[in-house]
Amino acid sequence: MAETQYAIEMLNITKKFPGIIANDNITLQLKKGEIHALLGENGAGKSTLMSVLFGLYQPEEGVIKKNGQVVSIKDPNDANDLGIGMVHQHFKLVECFTVLDNIIMGVEPTKHGFLQKKEAREKVLALSEKYGLQVDPDALIEDITVGMQQRTEILKMLYRDNEILIFDEPTAVLTPQEIEELMQIMKNLAAEGKSILFISHKLAEIMAVADRCSVLRKGKYIGTVETKNTTMEELSAMMVGRNVNFHVEKKPSTPGDVVLDVKGMTVASKVHKNNAVKNVSLQVRRGEIVCIAGIDGNGQTEFVYGLTGLEPLVSGSIALCGQDITHASIRKRSTSGMSHIPEDRHKHGLVLDYTLEDNMVLQRYFEPEFTSKAGFLKRGPIREYAEKLIEQYDVRSGQGPVTIARSMSGGNQQKAIVAREIDKDPELLVAVQPTRGLDVGAIEYIHKQLVAQRDAGKAVLLVSLELDEVMDVPDRILVMYEGEIVGELDPKKTTQEELGLYMAGAKRDEVSP
Amino acid sequence: MTLLLQYTLIFASVLMLVALGGCFAEHSGVINLGLEGIMVIGALGGALVMRYMPAGTSALVMVLAVMVGAIGFGVIYASLLGVACINFKADQTIVGTALNMLGTAGATVLVKAINTAANPNDVSSVIQYVGPKKAFLVNIGGFEFNWFMLIAVIALVIAYVVLYKTKFGLRLMACGEHPQAADSVGINVYKMRWCGVLISGVYGGLGGICYILAGVSEWKFENGVAGFGFLALAVMIFGQWRPTRIALAALLFGLFRALSNVYMGFDFLYSLNIPSTVYNMMPYIVSLVVLAFTSKSSRAPKAEGIPYDKGQR
Repeated sequence: MAETQYAIEMLNITKKFPGIIANDNITLQLKKGEIHALLGENGAGKSTLMSVLFGLYQPEEGVIKKNGQVVSIKDPNDANDLGIGMVHQHFKLVECFTVLDNIIMGVEPTKHGFLQKKEAREKVLALSEKYGLQVDPDALIEDITVGMQQRTEILKMLYRDNEILIFDEPTAVLTPQEIEELMQIMKNLAAEGKSILFISHKLAEIMAVADRCSVLRKGKYIGTVETKNTTMEELSAMMVGRNVNFHVEKKPSTPGDVVLDVKGMTVASKVHKNNAVKNVSLQVRRGEIVCIAGIDGNGQTEFVYGLTGLEPLVSGSIALCGQDITHASIRKRSTSGMSHIPEDRHKHGLVLDYTLEDNMVLQRYFEPEFTSKAGFLKRGPIREYAEKLIEQYDVRSGQGPVTIARSMSGGNQQKAIVAREIDKDPELLVAVQPTRGLDVGAIEYIHKQLVAQRDAGKAVLLVSLELDEVMDVPDRILVMYEGEIVGELDPKKTTQEELGLYMAGAKRDEVSP
Repeated sequence: MTLLLQYTLIFASVLMLVALGGCFAEHSGVINLGLEGIMVIGALGGALVMRYMPAGTSALVMVLAVMVGAIGFGVIYASLLGVACINFKADQTIVGTALNMLGTAGATVLVKAINTAANPNDVSSVIQYVGPKKAFLVNIGGFEFNWFMLIAVIALVIAYVVLYKTKFGLRLMACGEHPQAADSVGINVYKMRWCGVLISGVYGGLGGICYILAGVSEWKFENGVAGFGFLALAVMIFGQWRPTRIALAALLFGLFRALSNVYMGFDFLYSLNIPSTVYNMMPYIVSLVVLAFTSKSSRAPKAEGIPYDKGQR
């Protein structure tokens, strides 16, 4: 066999689904010991390609070679046997098991059928030392930080002696400091001869860590470039197919009256006995965008639940335009001028099995415009209203107003929610991770809408986990850490590093509302 | 006092066996609400063996044969749950409830048919086992030792070791907590769930035959098992899905159940002049109260009740 420089090659892979070609003649060659980035927007075909590599899908055309030899991968076990391992975007860890149990699961060392955890522990500790992956083997997954959970996932691959390591959007859940650590770990792994495939849509990270980068767009292979010979602008143009404006264009804000006044809000947690939100006070004024930043799970979700009425408060008060709504129903809050773009669009944003038009009047169907005095829905006006919104907000769907919401793409589902919430002309717009899972074009669009609302004199409260969004969109940043507001920052004056310190709880100020 | 101990132990054995069965199913990710039905069918299996075994059978053979009968029937019946909930992804609560209704009704029909075939005037749903029952009992100075007490202890040890000391247990529990994680490391979730359900059939069937051997010498199958399957579920939840805690919970509930049988033996309790129905209600009331206070903090396997679909990740 001729020596080849490639650890894994996916040659001319084509995978079709009914009505769509998810991968159209894609070639990906991973060199031994390199960090190779796979870049593409949502829906570009990255996941499908990885599913092919893992044997979850069988491609219609193309071959996969390992070390130059053609291999057949029929299911994930075959991939494992070939030394291919993956850190999934959503960790595949059993929360009530220890770190060690999670690592050995599936390849447990046994003697007469009994688990031999002692030798497993030694191997894990040795690996952890060798690659600088700090973990406590006896800690339960539910008790450790997200960073350590990710190290556990990496150790899972190393424990199986995997040679080809795939990281699927690994930085989405990490603080900037943890991201830096991860980059270092990836470089160490590559230096030890592991080949790494790094899936991401974050250009800065790709430029920082990868040797080469392959770009996919709409299922097609666009090209592979060496990162040292390219720029972020060039990569993003390859990814999107046009030049993208990264920075949100906006005028300086001119805050007016207080619209939202939250005093001492405390909300109980569903998962533990402590309160998830502790004595939070904040104000949002007309004509400004305030962003609550923080790492996932620091009370932002519960804060929004308390604010929008999905959960009762333990204590504290909420006033909207001077009117106390602490105990008001969700409907009352909505009709008083609060709009809510929820974090989970499937759970709280849409009735997935309803049509698009019914979803669009969910907040207003009871108004005389849409309901007759006898209590029957006026189908005609509902259809007209939906068509107006679809037109105005460019919501694309298969069958227009009668499309079932479930069948729409994530970006268009989100646009439908944005249309509904903005069109009811709110005083306060609460937008929780409004761009989650959307591609660059849709993100740009939604950011523009938020700024437009601000400029129209509305108050906008944005809750976000994306650092770029936190730095770019708002006029004021409040950082939430373990249920408390620990810092107020001016996005024009702060840096991502400083923000990261606040988010990780390493730095805090006394903040007055 | 001896009598109280004896009844406590035998009822605790029943509850422990059945609760452990539920524990295996739930750790694999399948809620087994059909334990009541599995108990009835297991009891039927054991009772039929006792009815048809020749009179001179030795005690050991009798005990083993009855166990095999109960386990066999229990496993076959539990496999209905497996087919419906694992292969066809049916709603586990509904299937469990259906199994409970079918269990008692099916057993009644079958026993009535057998009885009527033997004697056209006999339309009862009763099986008698005065003779064969003796095989299970050893009298130790007034204390009636039942072999099932030992079997329950062995079953407890096996459950503990299997769940916590073997790779089978690790994999089984992973399937109930995070089946996608299990699948991603090459564990066959469907297979593990089938194992969990079938083991619950073994334990449930044993619990069923143990229950009808506990006090009486004949069983009227119309009565089912009087909610003991549900009581066992309460024991399992109170025991937090852990074998050792389940054993303790079973002893507690067993004690209350035993009191209703023997409270007349205690002058103090007898003089209180409380109607016997109150004592009969006790285990059920206790389970309501205990669950009302403890179920809030309980930690059920996370993925239980959700059919596993390989396509969803």
